[in-house]
Amino acid sequence: MSILSEGQSGNRVLLMGNDAIARGALEAGVNVISGYPGTPSSEIIQNLLQVAKERNLYVEWSANEKVALEVSAAASFAGLRAMCVMKQVGVNVASDFLLHLSLYGTRGALVLVSCEDPGALSSTNEGESRPYAQMMEFPLLEPGDFQEALEMTQWAFDLSEEIRNVVMIRSVTRMSHASGNVVLGALPTLTPRAVFNHEGPLLGQMEGPVATIPGIVDFMHRRQQDKLKKVTALFDASPFNTYSGPEAPDLLIITSSVCHLYSKEAIELLHASHRVGLLKLGTTWPLPPKTLEAALRRSDKVLIVEETLPLMEDNIKAFAVERIGTIGPKTFFGKKEGALPPINELNPDCVVTAIAGIFGLPYEGMPATYADRAAAIAAKGAPVRDLTFCPGCPHRASFWSIHAAIAMDNRRGFVCGDIGCYTLAAGATGFKTLKTVHAMGSGAGIASGFGKLAAFGFNQPVLAVCGDSTFFHAAIPALVNAVHNRSNLILVVLDNSGTAMTGFQPHPGLPTDAMGGNALALSIPDICKAIGAKVSICDPFDLPNTQKTLLALLEEKDGVNVLILRQPCALSPQKKNKKRFHMHVDNTKCIGDACGCNRLCTRVFKCPGLTWNSELKSSEIDEVLCAGCGVCASICPSGAIEVKEVE
Amino acid sequence: MENGIPLVADPYNLIITGVGGQGNVLASRIIADMLTRLGFTVTIGETFGASQRGGSVMSHLRVSARSCYSPQIPKGRAHMVVALEPTEAIRVLKDYGNPGVKVIANTRPIQSIGVICGEQSYPTEEEIRAWLCELSESVWFIDTTQAAIALGNPIFGNIMAVGALSATGALPLQKDQFEAVLREKMSSEKVAVNLTAFDMGREMLSRTQHPLH
Repeated sequence: MSILSEGQSGNRVLLMGNDAIARGALEAGVNVISGYPGTPSSEIIQNLLQVAKERNLYVEWSANEKVALEVSAAASFAGLRAMCVMKQVGVNVASDFLLHLSLYGTRGALVLVSCEDPGALSSTNEGESRPYAQMMEFPLLEPGDFQEALEMTQWAFDLSEEIRNVVMIRSVTRMSHASGNVVLGALPTLTPRAVFNHEGPLLGQMEGPVATIPGIVDFMHRRQQDKLKKVTALFDASPFNTYSGPEAPDLLIITSSVCHLYSKEAIELLHASHRVGLLKLGTTWPLPPKTLEAALRRSDKVLIVEETLPLMEDNIKAFAVERIGTIGPKTFFGKKEGALPPINELNPDCVVTAIAGIFGLPYEGMPATYADRAAAIAAKGAPVRDLTFCPGCPHRASFWSIHAAIAMDNRRGFVCGDIGCYTLAAGATGFKTLKTVHAMGSGAGIASGFGKLAAFGFNQPVLAVCGDSTFFHAAIPALVNAVHNRSNLILVVLDNSGTAMTGFQPHPGLPTDAMGGNALALSIPDICKAIGAKVSICDPFDLPNTQKTLLALLEEKDGVNVLILRQPCALSPQKKNKKRFHMHVDNTKCIGDACGCNRLCTRVFKCPGLTWNSELKSSEIDEVLCAGCGVCASICPSGAIEVKEVE
Repeated sequence: MENGIPLVADPYNLIITGVGGQGNVLASRIIADMLTRLGFTVTIGETFGASQRGGSVMSHLRVSARSCYSPQIPKGRAHMVVALEPTEAIRVLKDYGNPGVKVIANTRPIQSIGVICGEQSYPTEEEIRAWLCELSESVWFIDTTQAAIALGNPIFGNIMAVGALSATGALPLQKDQFEAVLREKMSSEKVAVNLTAFDMGREMLSRTQHPLH
């Protein structure tokens, strides 16, 4: 049962932005959806999976975003409608193929959805992929509210088929993970048939081989640019570009995406609707010239509100220079001259500040005395909540052992980190064990480089970590590189049987695919052995054995060793809400600071399932939080933490 | 206005806050679905992902009879804060509070790792009560976690908070809409216990006869 398939045309419902995008794709008659999970994009595919069978979809969590785009492209080449979904960093992974894809073009619709994270609310960067649309010359759409997220997605499929090229929809966290009201459209009845026509001429868009090869690139590139000219005309006629406000406002705001809602609210908060005009662009690359020119004629002052890079700002300024003869000189406000912050996500207050600054209007969001007092109380009364591994998380145990082994080895060893829940091990929750963190697969890749520096006097042990999903996504080529080049490193695969960070999606190492079908589970140890690495496997909850194994691997000075630490995620379906052990602290045995253990369990191990009772001067188990993994019992030197098997 | 039901303010700005894993997101969806059924335009702004790992979680609900509002409430503009964890209410008031704001706060602490390891201290219940009273027009303290454990699982605390909110009368949240939304969202065997949790939340709030000030 899902609102995505049950909702009838005309129903007014509450949908998350990602659901609105998914419903828009269903209303467009999408056939194939692929992607790789990443916050804030994951729910689009997650929710389409629920209706895959009834809507006759093929849905796939691919090994990485480049492969996902290739899978969607194949569907398009076979005449089907496809959608490929990822987060901002995923577009970087897909970009190698994307450049070639957009040059040749597509057949059936291919919509690329990039969900981005201005402010890096759950990312390690706030990069964005809008510049790819400009750089690789394909159209870009940005929904400005929830209804548009649905309607624009639906239209993107038609647009893609009209110009036979990729169309990108860019969402942001505050659209993807926000929810709002949407009126549903109808779901089509479809009986698609997939055929790849490859017998026609090389230069044919719909019949021949799909290949960009030297000698025809100029033809392809010309054809691609002709498509963009067509797009420009279509964009000028698009209902997704709207103007509201006075005929000749004192200030024109040009905005897109969720910044449209921030701008609307800022105008309302300042009671400035009689003075400020609002041009909301849904089509942000290529810019719609007639629409833009008409709006720019209205006002000499222009504020451009967008996240995060000043992309529209730069393009609109360039446009205004071209048209200065007809539109006259303008004063621009935005990120470049400091009206809006050049980093981080925006909000209504940012836009209020910008408008109030331009007009010299007074505005007080919060009474100053209240603000001062609330800030003083919060400083004392709201302790910071650093992110931490969940109670029962195998990674806490893994990093406990890795950290301990490196310390015992005492040669300044370090771990090259990677992207997943375990990235948190760069902080206190993983004992600050990670010393580098970049893109997916970069842990193993960087370690491969460090492991070749012996000739320069480098003698520190080099470790890298990656998760099981990351292993398939991007660590394999790095491992191949390390083995082939005889680099010296230990790769620890933190195998928790799923893509935990984003909601436990399957990956190629699991026996089930995204749609619940039987899949071939690829063995990580077998792959590592086939590549030529030596492989060991431990249960990270078995601390003594894991540490003994790690110490032995650190002793081995040459070659690539892989240690697989295998224990399912505490949030995995088979474990969630099921305790293996009842934990109990015997507070006659736990003597706190008098023990000499430095409160190892609470001060150092830092599991949220353990708390410190300052009156009893003893540790306690928080029954609400404890997941019953039993690991803390192994670290207590007094044997005060007791485990009892749950029946 | 389509439905003829007046709002205390338009937009009405509600914040539900707590710690990752407390069911904050589900609570905000249920409230928003209830209000959508009445014809209001609702926007929920929330961030999740990394914050599931022990971090602070906050949902912004904007309720309007007129228009779709931004998923982020402007500074100082909250009308009501529902806190599934007491110090999270303080954190929210720092940015979104004002002298007229109302607060419903669960009293059961969830300690952060900074507190557990002794680097930070967690305020006493008396301090929290005094501060929340100082920063709000009225505040109701209810021990939803304890009641939820008694009902069988601490996770029901979020539904009790929804019940408590409905009992304040700040928003038109009725039990029949709650039940209808529940039947859409949950398997049938889970409906009864959640209805009980809703009633328990309502009752806990009304037992706090006069909001502390």
